[in-house]
Amino acid sequence: MSNRVINLLVPIISIIIGLIVGALVMLVSGYDPVEGYSALWTGIFGDSYTIGNTIRQITPYILAGLAVAFAFRTGLFNIGVEGQLIIGWLAAAWVGYAIELPKVIHIPLALIAAAAAGAFWAFIAGFLKAKFKVHEVIVTIMLNYTALYIANAIIRNLTDGGFKTERIHESASLRSDFLRDITDNSSLHYGIIIALLMVALMWFILEKTTRGYELKAVGFNQNAADYAGMSVNKNIILAMTISGMFAGLGGAMEALGTFQNASIKAGFTGIGFDGIAVALLGANTPLGVIFGASLFGSLKYGSLNMPNAAGIPEEIVSIIIALIIFFVASGYIIRVGLQKLSKKKEGQ
Amino acid sequence: MEYVIEMLGIRKEFGSFVANNNITLQLKKGEIHALLGENGAGKSTLMNVLFGLYQPEGGEIRVRGKAVKIANPNIANDLGIGMVHQHFMLVENFTVTENIILGSEPTKMGTVNIKDAAKKVQALSEKYGLDVDPYAKIEDITVGMQQRVEILKTLYRGAEILIFDEPSASLTPQEITELIQIMRRLIEEGKSIILITHKLKEIMEVSDRVTIIRKGEGIGTVVTAETNPDHLAELMVGRQVEFKTEKTAANPTEEVLHIENLVVTDYRNIDKVKGLNLSIRKGEIVGIAGIDGNGQSELIEAITGLRRVKSGSVKLNGKDVTNMKPRHITEEGVGHIPQDRHKHGLVLDFPIGHNIALQTYYQSPIAKGIVMNYKKVSEKAQQIIKEYDVRTGNGEMTPARALSGGNQQKAIIGREIDRNPDLLIAALPTRGLDVGAIEFIHSRLIEQRDKGKAVLLVSFELDEVMNVSDRIAVIYDGQIVDELDPKATSEQELGLLMAGQSKKNKGGND
Ligand SMILES: Nc1ncnc2c1ncn2[C@@H]1O[C@H](COP(=O)(O)OP(=O)(O)OP(=O)(O)O)[C@@H](O)[C@H]1O
Ligand SMILES: [Mg+2]
Repeated sequence: MSNRVINLLVPIISIIIGLIVGALVMLVSGYDPVEGYSALWTGIFGDSYTIGNTIRQITPYILAGLAVAFAFRTGLFNIGVEGQLIIGWLAAAWVGYAIELPKVIHIPLALIAAAAAGAFWAFIAGFLKAKFKVHEVIVTIMLNYTALYIANAIIRNLTDGGFKTERIHESASLRSDFLRDITDNSSLHYGIIIALLMVALMWFILEKTTRGYELKAVGFNQNAADYAGMSVNKNIILAMTISGMFAGLGGAMEALGTFQNASIKAGFTGIGFDGIAVALLGANTPLGVIFGASLFGSLKYGSLNMPNAAGIPEEIVSIIIALIIFFVASGYIIRVGLQKLSKKKEGQ
Repeated sequence: MEYVIEMLGIRKEFGSFVANNNITLQLKKGEIHALLGENGAGKSTLMNVLFGLYQPEGGEIRVRGKAVKIANPNIANDLGIGMVHQHFMLVENFTVTENIILGSEPTKMGTVNIKDAAKKVQALSEKYGLDVDPYAKIEDITVGMQQRVEILKTLYRGAEILIFDEPSASLTPQEITELIQIMRRLIEEGKSIILITHKLKEIMEVSDRVTIIRKGEGIGTVVTAETNPDHLAELMVGRQVEFKTEKTAANPTEEVLHIENLVVTDYRNIDKVKGLNLSIRKGEIVGIAGIDGNGQSELIEAITGLRRVKSGSVKLNGKDVTNMKPRHITEEGVGHIPQDRHKHGLVLDFPIGHNIALQTYYQSPIAKGIVMNYKKVSEKAQQIIKEYDVRTGNGEMTPARALSGGNQQKAIIGREIDRNPDLLIAALPTRGLDVGAIEFIHSRLIEQRDKGKAVLLVSFELDEVMNVSDRIAVIYDGQIVDELDPKATSEQELGLLMAGQSKKNKGGND
């Protein structure tokens, strides 16, 4: 078996095993797995409406996944994607409603604001690591909380004690009548195109530019990077900043696409944390992130249908989804198994 | 019966690359069996198979006559096989005893009993003449002592068969003498040893028999007493090898490097280079002779910009480059073969080809604006791989980590010489290289000199310093204490100067 075939088989087999174990859980707790999975299926691909919403759900996952993956590839752990995303969300919403501009300027401006805000939030962590050797995991975790509460405070201030900002102007919205019509009134928006462009951008930076070469070298071996005349500190800060930019754009998807505003949050959105799993599922490659985000987004959105259509309680649904993801993440075991199998065959 | 280990017809593949093919090695009880082969011949691979780190695709392993399957290093331990790896595997901030018992800690009512363990370590160290301090921290002891800790680790686990993978490569000549005594002692106590080394002198001195492999193929086994270094080299390379590099007299011209009153501190802020003066001219090779730890590393790091200079100056081609950034100094025309190839020389997770571009990735023709042309990187890499005979397994895209130690070294040397720097700094350039490769590297250094470049050679091997240099500067306690003509000096005189027994203590070359 060639490597290519194995690379393709591993996720497929993992998903199948995950589904089987999920079915067992349903059986044991007295629910019909066939009914449960068909509810999941319809929840994801049932009609143009659900498909539209599934894609919408995947969009911020792609960007959160890219943020984590980019940091990983350059030797950093960005646990602060959640906070960078929240700050980006607020920045995009504010630019979206506070000023009025023609669409061709307004959308890019709101996106840039979100990217810059997320980038700045991550820059803080990069700067502290480079200058004072403070570990980025600690700083980014703490910055998640500051982001959450600062964003809430700002929204409260902007709205005189309200719960959410004004709705963004039409000129800043990523939604369109066309997308709404073809998906039967779903909240699908153009954000998916931006997310895919960012996938291409990450690939381009890492695989095609001299800067990407430097960032990777610094991530793998700082001493060798130093020897080669690269500025280790500059690259650490830059890597963190680019990672935060992806996260900030993830927030813009929610502000300019899904919700059309920013609201006070009782707790974290979870997208930033799920981004860690998305990146790992995708082996930290740009294309892999699309795969991981699709899996995460579809399961998250599709499973919303399971309590209604199959009567399975939310808790059991969460267990099943977690199991499927668990088996995909442990694809390593399956990979080793496949390699053993193919070796035996060649030996005969 | 007679053999404690038999590896019969071993085959090991990495993807489509065959690293070991049909290799047979039989170890008698109580012998020192040398394993000899060029860089990349497959010696480490074969030993990793024996130690359970790799699973062979073919062949059989017998331990004391019984066929066994060694699926992992724990099984190897149980069979009494211990391995001292070339790169030590010790926890830096643990004590000697803690490192030795790691993984098989003796416990007393649920807590680790360090006192008893330390006593046992002490007893073992006395029995085998392995001098260590059980309570010293690894980061505070010398490389030689770290190696003794590794040996004790295997003995503590009851090893009867010891594998040494290039144990002398990172040792000073004094430490090598001690190591040889230790090996003899181990044999007296009934152990058996497999020894990998590129130093034919060591093989002739300690081994009973030698097994030779060439490009992954088993060539055969000879009795040491019935052979000689020339014959061994020929068996290993497949042709005759010159040991002494031929060269004409040097013809030095203008000054390239000028160092004045240089003071550099180490990581603890203690002065290591103490007012050093040195000058190197175009067309000469200056060899720095000295015992490890007399300021050589700090000196090189200061010249190349990797370490801050406390006072004094470094001038390159007349320009002051003191405390300039490494990039700036590289661009001024300095090449650097670093002492520690894993720490500074390579990004091990990059393909070896990408490592070739480490200093040139941002320059034309490899870079065009912000875009990097990886095709050009590959072309350059292929040229260097060919020119320097870097054996990579799967071409320039082989991960640097997968190359054998010697081939990693050849790639670095190739990269540095290919940039054709005005000043080439070569720190222990032939560490871990086979005899053929050493001869080749020496002639390349001399070729650079003949092209009018300056070469600064730092080495712990007196042979190398005396053979290659045109001028020898002896370093002791952070100063150049004397300068000698290699043709007019002897190993004895050098040895005395290196140990600090000199009349002119102020030194320098003013
Ligand atoms: N994990 C690996 N994957 C692919 N190729 C490998 C791997 N390990 C070793 N090789 C290849 O196998 C060959 C033999 O390597 P090995 O390390 O056994 O050489 P060696 O005889 O110990 O050389 P040296 O004297 O330089 O240490 C080399 O060409 C190396 O590139
Ligand atoms: Mg080796």
